Amino acid sequence: MPLLAVLNTYLAGQTGIALQLLVLGQTVEGNQQLADAHALPVIDDSDLRVSFASDIDTVPTLLQVDAEGNTSTELIGFVRSEWQALLSNLLGSDATEQLLDWTGLPEWRPGCGSLSVDPLIAQRLQAEADDSPLRARRVEVAIQDDEFEFMFDQGFSDGLPLVPPTPERVLRMLAGTRRDAQEVIALMPPNMGEVSVEKVAINAVMAGCRPEYLPVVLTAVEAVCTDAFNIHGVMATTMGASPVVVVNGPIRERIGMNMKLGALGQGNRANATIGRALRLVVRNLGGARPGGTERSTLGNPMKFTMCFAEWEERSPWSALHVERGFASEDSVVSVFTMTSGPTLIVDQDSRKAEQLAGSFGLCLENAFHPKSHFATDVLLVVCPEHVDTLIRDGYDKAEIRARIQQVTARPIEELAGDELSGVGFKPEAVAQMDAETLRRKLPKFRNPEDIHIVVAGSDAGKFSGAFHGWATGEIGSIPVSKKIEEVS
Amino acid sequence: MTTILDPTDERKPVHRDVTPRPPEISGTVALLDISKPRGSLLLDRLQQRLAERLPEVKTVRYSKPTFTKPAPDTLRQEILGNSDFVVEALAD
Repeated sequence: MPLLAVLNTYLAGQTGIALQLLVLGQTVEGNQQLADAHALPVIDDSDLRVSFASDIDTVPTLLQVDAEGNTSTELIGFVRSEWQALLSNLLGSDATEQLLDWTGLPEWRPGCGSLSVDPLIAQRLQAEADDSPLRARRVEVAIQDDEFEFMFDQGFSDGLPLVPPTPERVLRMLAGTRRDAQEVIALMPPNMGEVSVEKVAINAVMAGCRPEYLPVVLTAVEAVCTDAFNIHGVMATTMGASPVVVVNGPIRERIGMNMKLGALGQGNRANATIGRALRLVVRNLGGARPGGTERSTLGNPMKFTMCFAEWEERSPWSALHVERGFASEDSVVSVFTMTSGPTLIVDQDSRKAEQLAGSFGLCLENAFHPKSHFATDVLLVVCPEHVDTLIRDGYDKAEIRARIQQVTARPIEELAGDELSGVGFKPEAVAQMDAETLRRKLPKFRNPEDIHIVVAGSDAGKFSGAFHGWATGEIGSIPVSKKIEEVS
Repeated sequence: MTTILDPTDERKPVHRDVTPRPPEISGTVALLDISKPRGSLLLDRLQQRLAERLPEVKTVRYSKPTFTKPAPDTLRQEILGNSDFVVEALAD
């Protein structure tokens, strides 16, 4: 540094020499020091682009460059005689000797590795230089290692094998979206990790998605990362909650989602891997892992994946996304928080809509606990045969909801904690109520709109299903629907 | 050799040590109710015991709007600025 400072001062006092000294520094703090302590003309290269483009391996490296940018001399590290010789050549030997006491400087110093060749950074710099969309850290799996075991060991997995997210596969996945790979689409709790399109693509590869599923996964990630949905609480709760993803609109057919036979089960790649990709993004970018911030008492298998499409064409009613304010031709992702289910509603006997909707109510009474009213919401999946029974009597969704509320309504005195079960209104609260209040009936759900209804399943079988919700409303999680913008 | 791309946010979590246990309780103790059922009962009892055993210690009650979400920043700052200790009650 003394040499550079002396040289800088010398050059500033000379008018006849067309020589400019520029110092490139690789860290913001170091650059500040150079500027403050030695008044050197420092160019900030903390993003390392110049160092990388100039192939610098060692610092210090001294380059003599002409006006066209051609390098004529490159001195690596500090070899006193080399620096002396170069300056003698440029300034003359007398001026060089008079600059400072050269014998006070070490004869040789090897220098250090340049940050631009740090293995953790160099790959990113190479990708930027090549204009590649990939910026994620590259992890090399040693030839003796099994990459599947390696990914388990790194904690990337939900417990099942993952597809290795090689750069080639991730590039193919990114072809499924028009969005910029580096666009940050969300901050994922609990670690508030930045979720870029590229990171979602990596997790989508691992989950087994095809590129055309990526817009659905991206939209689902955006939907859960809202204050209304509250993915932080959904993951952290001891209750064992998890998102259910429902897809509506033309994209269902385009990517081959299952909405018919076995829609809520296994066997369809789009359903299975879209739900899994969402969960892997939550795990790997948010850091929600069982035993860490994910603290479910029992867990539930829907935490692996839960995604299906609504069979809109089989439904006589408005589809879920249309009810929630979108156009029928929009492709929309809706996310709902479930804690149980799908619990089966087995009714092969009711022939009237009133009876069948009554069965729905009787079965939904068990959500959380029969005595627990106004506590949760529900996603009711009505099967086609049940749809037929309901429409035969002209039932619309409002009538289904009203019937459920009607058959579940119980007087508050029956909803009080007692010797049979402590759940319900607390004795001290009940003691404050007058007789009229105690006889007042409360339906199962605070609002009829807390009963969300979709149609799915095969044409044969009188078995509907229900996902019971979690703490609903502002205190917990509110379902969120989001249009897949890039799909027309 | 297979190269894969890192699926995580590439940040190493910050390691935080537990604050050393102070030899005695003094100043102000914040009692934070996270709004789970009956958390307030636990804190009522604790506040009573603190008043009996450590009458010189001041206790201040706080509560989160909901147990399902992290405490709002303003609440955290308020507790940080006004308290020497915090007891957070999880209950059910």
